Amino acid sequence: MDATHSDPRTQAPARPVLEGPDIARMLTRIAHEIVERAKGADDVVLLGIPTRGVFLARRLAAKLEEITGRAIPVGSLDITMYRDDLRLGPARTLARTEIPGDGIEGRLVLLVDDVLFSGRTIRAALDALGDIGRPRAVQLAVLVDRGHRELPIRADYVGKNLPTSLREAVKVQLTEEDGRDAVLLGVRETAPAGER
Amino acid sequence: MKRHLISAADLTRDDAVLILDTAEEMARVADRPIKKLPALRGRTVCNLFFEDSTRTRISFEAAEKRLSADVINFAAKGSSVSKGESLKDTAQTLEAMGVDAVVIRHGASGAPYRLATSGWIDAPVINAGDGTHQHPTQALLDAFTMRRRLIGPDAGLGQDLSGKRITLVGDVLHSRVARSNVDLLHTLGAEVTLVAPPTLVPVGAEHWPCEVSYDLDSVLPKSDAVMMLRVQRERMNAAFFPTEREYSRRYGLDADRMARMPQHALVMHPGPMVRGMEITAEVADSPRCTAVEQVANGVSIRMAVLYLLLGGNEPAVTNPRTEEK
Repeated sequence: MDATHSDPRTQAPARPVLEGPDIARMLTRIAHEIVERAKGADDVVLLGIPTRGVFLARRLAAKLEEITGRAIPVGSLDITMYRDDLRLGPARTLARTEIPGDGIEGRLVLLVDDVLFSGRTIRAALDALGDIGRPRAVQLAVLVDRGHRELPIRADYVGKNLPTSLREAVKVQLTEEDGRDAVLLGVRETAPAGER
Repeated sequence: MKRHLISAADLTRDDAVLILDTAEEMARVADRPIKKLPALRGRTVCNLFFEDSTRTRISFEAAEKRLSADVINFAAKGSSVSKGESLKDTAQTLEAMGVDAVVIRHGASGAPYRLATSGWIDAPVINAGDGTHQHPTQALLDAFTMRRRLIGPDAGLGQDLSGKRITLVGDVLHSRVARSNVDLLHTLGAEVTLVAPPTLVPVGAEHWPCEVSYDLDSVLPKSDAVMMLRVQRERMNAAFFPTEREYSRRYGLDADRMARMPQHALVMHPGPMVRGMEITAEVADSPRCTAVEQVANGVSIRMAVLYLLLGGNEPAVTNPRTEEK
């Protein structure tokens, strides 16, 4: 996860740019795209990046199951120890890595996260995957792509492209964690100088 | 969390629960094909062992290597210590070599504290057992084992050991494991009872946050976990009990006694076990005895401690104790 969208310093007047029904429609569309591009999604494994990516991965898996009628393996991938800024702050609390029973060997791994920003989270996730197995291919699905990439990384499935300035903060809220579904756009209290 | 881990008494409840929760995630790495995490890449950890140890040293070394740290092993035997070098000079040598953390086991109580507070060395110090004082990572791995078994690996996350009744039996006098466990289990909300012959209960134990009993049989039915302590012959310079047989008969755990414990209750042992003395082979090999599990959990706990102390640019922060209420 990018630090910015869960940043407690985000100022209060954050305005919702997407609401619950929008998010549901976007996930349905992404699910159909996955089935189409992965030719039935036979060997797809969904791995959400904690915290909110995990909930999105579970929702996507449920939609995929509706479409294909098969159970889709879904898990989580904690990237904390693979972050490039691990040494820049106090030791971070770890989240759960849960690899589905059959593993990821030779399968199509679909990473799921809420916001794609600098791309550093995804770089860390790719490193973390390397220690777990060798997938056939890795793809990326995100709810919001806010731009400002710092690494050569792109998403395969995007809910919404949200052009932002670096002074803005994007926050995704999900019912499982925050009590409601929304994407909020606010102003960062401090300039992003040097961080992330 | 403080910069060093010297005593289990230094840990707040939140610190301890954070370590146990982190260890739970670390334990999952053991099931992976590549048992390695990059968290301590490029950091050098020195294991400074002035006293014999198998379990603890290997456990720390495994934990350090799984976190990708560079490991320097130092044993007093065959080093300059046998030529008369002082702790201070050894510490300064390590400092000059750029060590990022020191894990120390020493026969003298207080040696890790001295190392941490003397200014000889800048790196965080982790106590791996000092004299008859403290062995905090052992207490943490014991608490971790209890939480996993009595509450559950996932159900236990974020939980302490409130209301669990833990009994420590045996040579409390010479046991740093007992001291650390009493401190930590009390912090975690457990009710601790020490059972030992009066000669092996240290002076001042009445002020510890625990009960003291001389009668094992009356305590067993009310225990969720019974931890047997080894009789530390190497530290005994007087006759603390008449004969080994008498000690074994009154304070040893055999199958008859184990049958008096509640069905769910655990038998624990920090090792090394002396079969036939404090524990019979039958009990030691029963599925209720967690001695081997404790060793496996030790690696996870030490990974968690190393990560939380060294993983960031400062130790993981939790709320001070005053904010709990």
